[in-house]
Amino acid sequence: MAKSGTSSVGRRGFIKGAAAGAAALVAKAPEALAQQAQPARGVAVPSASALAAETGDIATHVEVLTADNPGSDYMVDVLKSLGFEYIAANPGSSFRALHESIVNYGGNRAPELLTCCHEESSVAIADGYAKVEGKPMAVMAHSTVGLQHAAMAIYNSYAGRTPVFILLGNTIDAAARRPGIEWYHSAQDAAAMVRDYTKWDDLPISLTHFGESAVRAYKFATTPPGGPVVIVADSDLQETPVFDKAKLHIPKFTPASPPAGDPVAIAQVAKMLVTAENPVIMADRAVRSEPGWKSLLELAETLQAPVVSGKFPTRHPLSQGGGRLIANADLILGLEVPDLWGTINNYRDQVERSSRPLIKPGTRVISISAEDLFMKSNYQDFQRYTEVDVAIAADSEATLPSLVEACKRLITADRRRALDDRGKKLAASHLQGIEQARTQAAYAWDASPISTARLAAELWDVIKGKDWALVGGGGGGSRLWNIDTHYRVMGGGSGGGLGYSAPASVGGALAHRKHGRLCVAIQTDGDLMYAPGVLWTAAHHKIPLLSVMHNNRAYHQEVMHIQRMANRHQRGITNASIGTTITDPNIDYSTLARSLGLHGEGPISNPNDLGPALRRALATVEKGEPALVDVVTQPR
Amino acid sequence: MAIKFLIALAVATSAALLAQAPKGDAKNGQKLFENYGCYQCHGHVGQGGAGARIAPKPIPWAAFSKYVRQPTDQMPPYTAKVVPDNQLADIYAYLETIPAAPPVKSVPLLNNQ
Repeated sequence: MAKSGTSSVGRRGFIKGAAAGAAALVAKAPEALAQQAQPARGVAVPSASALAAETGDIATHVEVLTADNPGSDYMVDVLKSLGFEYIAANPGSSFRALHESIVNYGGNRAPELLTCCHEESSVAIADGYAKVEGKPMAVMAHSTVGLQHAAMAIYNSYAGRTPVFILLGNTIDAAARRPGIEWYHSAQDAAAMVRDYTKWDDLPISLTHFGESAVRAYKFATTPPGGPVVIVADSDLQETPVFDKAKLHIPKFTPASPPAGDPVAIAQVAKMLVTAENPVIMADRAVRSEPGWKSLLELAETLQAPVVSGKFPTRHPLSQGGGRLIANADLILGLEVPDLWGTINNYRDQVERSSRPLIKPGTRVISISAEDLFMKSNYQDFQRYTEVDVAIAADSEATLPSLVEACKRLITADRRRALDDRGKKLAASHLQGIEQARTQAAYAWDASPISTARLAAELWDVIKGKDWALVGGGGGGSRLWNIDTHYRVMGGGSGGGLGYSAPASVGGALAHRKHGRLCVAIQTDGDLMYAPGVLWTAAHHKIPLLSVMHNNRAYHQEVMHIQRMANRHQRGITNASIGTTITDPNIDYSTLARSLGLHGEGPISNPNDLGPALRRALATVEKGEPALVDVVTQPR
Repeated sequence: MAIKFLIALAVATSAALLAQAPKGDAKNGQKLFENYGCYQCHGHVGQGGAGARIAPKPIPWAAFSKYVRQPTDQMPPYTAKVVPDNQLADIYAYLETIPAAPPVKSVPLLNNQ
């Protein structure tokens, strides 16, 4: 163990001092022990006789260079008690003992260590995993620099209210730090930099404190609204031996039941829904699990009301587009809609920014959202204030069953007939929408670069007979896909930070792996180039995933922004590509993928070459390995 | 009565002339469509994307040119200073040359869902 030349005795030095004390004990100087080596709080002091029995009659000059039962072993016990399957990390010395305990003491199973090439990848992998699995993955991050790398992904998880459990290495004891680099990689309040966008953090100073805080953090992370949490695992705490492990207790984790809506408010909402003539349901983040999927379906069918956003079966007659229905609605029900204002108002990005309502005057708006239960100030992810008629601060998924029952109780036979008539009209409208989507997909069908609709249709053709899951991207092109269960679509990053999609798709695919599902991701080029090393992680850990590049050779959103500014300023409209496109040279993503251990296909510009390339790549994925198909596409 | 008829005829003729697209160079229009970044929102063949579908069969010239100069929604304005009238006519001519999409029924992948 590298130590500085300091003469102080810290917790790590305790065993050395204790051994020397044991030798002194043999020399009949027992009082010296406690004075010579004062352990920090939380470390059990071995008795002199125990030490003598352990060390025997040793010479005073023998330095003790080994240690049993490091604190990090206990930390692994805590992680195992919480049921983590995986822990993602880019290696860092501030958590070296924990790393070693995971792979040796813990047997590298539950949690299994995932080797990542960037902390942003570690966290986003955990985010994607949690979206699919419904529980957190653990992440280890190196102090200061590691957490700085992780910060954007943590913000994405915060904005998405996704549980991620981060263990952050750090060395709080300045006297114990190795000179040089360990000082750069230490902070007095290591989690401070992400505190504005985490749900909770703590700095345990004893193992008992660590155990309680870890379980508390897990509970906070997983209670809706979820979010990332950080527990600082101090390096001294990791590396200092535990002499009386039996005294350490692992606290029991009991999940908190999610907050459900108040019965009086639910009854009020049910009455409004049942009596509305043209209600519209927006269900953005409402569905997290199969029960939530079923509850939303039951609510929509009970009311024969259209669902215009969120996870809902795409071929169900009540699956609808929003525009006209929102304009004609007399009631909007928003279920976990992060930007409710933005869905019922049109915002115009011209010199004079302006907005207009998309709903009629008098349309009533209801919000059921856990967002009202937890919010912070600095980062403005809470969006514009929405005026609503009823707000229920509760988790939608937990509230839906009682809302469904309340609606059913209010529906009379006459009302049932009226609702069913509405359902028939919506069914006709649904079919019309499907036909319009087909017609739209036919435009640019044979174009090169390849249209996103053609890409989606070719991809659907190879996955439609499988138990598939889309773990990244999709957009409008996949609107013709048959999304028939809750896990088909994972959903994207909420913070809008590029670099999320590629690692999140790997995390999502990892969660699906044990179920044998075929995972596909429509991967944008700009996003992949933030940290393409995550492809190596997928190859290394044999995570089957078919990544299909939506390679428009640009940060396309930014191209449009610069174009807008040039137009507004009436100059240089041919220059919007400067600083926004990824050309000259074009990136060869299939070669990149191959270099990282994947099967690579492309670049494909001819739409007729796409189907065969997808089938070749699929054969690799079905063998349990990742593959990438580079498709040169239209901008959107 | 005759005067009224003549005035009405004159107005109708003017409107028709105004609505008629000036003759443009489609080949140059395609080049401009790319260079000016029209495709970024509307796709390389006008099929739509972030912006609306504008081909095949673009909307009438009068409405097209009016909207490009003074859009009423999200599209940024392309004034005559950055896209002169003759160039806009070339772009319009290009859009008019874009062939119709294949009938949905002729595309197996769109009927094999």
